[in-house]
Amino acid sequence: MSSFPLKIGTPDGLLFEGDAERVVCRTITGDLAILAGHCNYCTAIGMGEAHVVFGDGTTRYAACIGGMLSVMNGTCRVLATTWEWKEDIDKNRAEDAKRRAEERLARQGLTDQEYANATAKLQRALVRLSVKQ
Amino acid sequence: MAANMKAVKLRIKSVQSTMQITKAMELVASSKLRRAKERSDQCRPYFRELHQTLVDIAEGNTDFSSVYAKPSSNERCCYVVIAGDRGLAGGYNSNLFKKLEAAAGENRDYVVLPIGKKAVEYFQRRKIEILTEEFATVANISVADCFEIARLLCREYREGRFGHIELCYTEFVSMLSQRPEVYPMLPLTDLESVNRDASGAADVSDGAGQGAGSGNGQKKSVHDLILYEPDSSEVFDAIVPEYLGGFIYGGISDAVASELAARRNAMEAATSNAEEMIEKLNLSYNRARQSSITTEITEIVAGAEGVG
Repeated sequence: MSSFPLKIGTPDGLLFEGDAERVVCRTITGDLAILAGHCNYCTAIGMGEAHVVFGDGTTRYAACIGGMLSVMNGTCRVLATTWEWKEDIDKNRAEDAKRRAEERLARQGLTDQEYANATAKLQRALVRLSVKQ
Repeated sequence: MAANMKAVKLRIKSVQSTMQITKAMELVASSKLRRAKERSDQCRPYFRELHQTLVDIAEGNTDFSSVYAKPSSNERCCYVVIAGDRGLAGGYNSNLFKKLEAAAGENRDYVVLPIGKKAVEYFQRRKIEILTEEFATVANISVADCFEIARLLCREYREGRFGHIELCYTEFVSMLSQRPEVYPMLPLTDLESVNRDASGAADVSDGAGQGAGSGNGQKKSVHDLILYEPDSSEVFDAIVPEYLGGFIYGGISDAVASELAARRNAMEAATSNAEEMIEKLNLSYNRARQSSITTEITEIVAGAEGVG
């Protein structure tokens, strides 16, 4: 299969730069796969599992949250707020985060901001755990 | 003569203690600098890619239905200014403010979002409208804070309080050189015009990075259509806050590294100046001491002769 240049970056650094055959990731409207020869394209990334099939045929899974995906003149750029490879996810930490967020949500009298923060944290933890399993 | 000697001695002491302070500050700055530089190095590729992507989008964009994409009729500008928390960093802060003044020109009707205590103080003194002072200390701003700033900016932008957003910070070029810069961030049409000005330089750096970059020359005349999913305004609503947040975070990482590098250089210069000064003072102290001894000997000899 033909491949295309792919760059994956987060504020913590450029995680991958090289050739890929396929990128599958969850956008705000649903799952999407990018193959070689895609037209110029831009969308926003949602929360969910992503996987990349590299030029050599290996596949890696990752948790992917927020950011943007663009294809410009054949180059695909995934600029995510969070992109963690499956093997880098700390399961215990995610479980802790999930428990803490649930505890917080169970409490009464949260402000809107606190509620939104706790929900976001819970969602992040759930995405990480679902990728890890 | 004795009084002179004492004065010189005191002066040497005071210069020595100043030197101790500048030396200590230099060491602190260089150890902090290492960490800050790591962070800025780590962040820079993301920052570059983000900027390049947005510039590409701005160039190819033909769909101006989103408020972020269309040219703005509101001339008022909001500057996000990232300066330092402390002084004693050479021209770090003042160079940045000078650059900002030059960018703003005669027009003083702008809003600022200062990050860093020095920036807050500066704009308060100049009585320029400040959006928020919540992010006064640049040293403890996290990624989450950056996204909060971005959300705030987007909200105000949508409400029409200002029509342009620009980022003003000091770029970290190397340990010895830092350059203050002003980058437009919103609306996207601003990005496009900047790129046109600097298109020569951009093409060179682009061509090396990506195979498809060779088509850049024609791209400007023929707009490649970009597909947005679900539609452009929804995509921009989702990505613009992310983009601003990422961009500001990159700016802060760079600015912190620049500040520390500037401080280290300033303190290094101060320390070597103090060393030079001490050397000179030592010389004049010794001269004074010698001449006082000579006088004393002459007096003793004269006295002994008188007795003899």
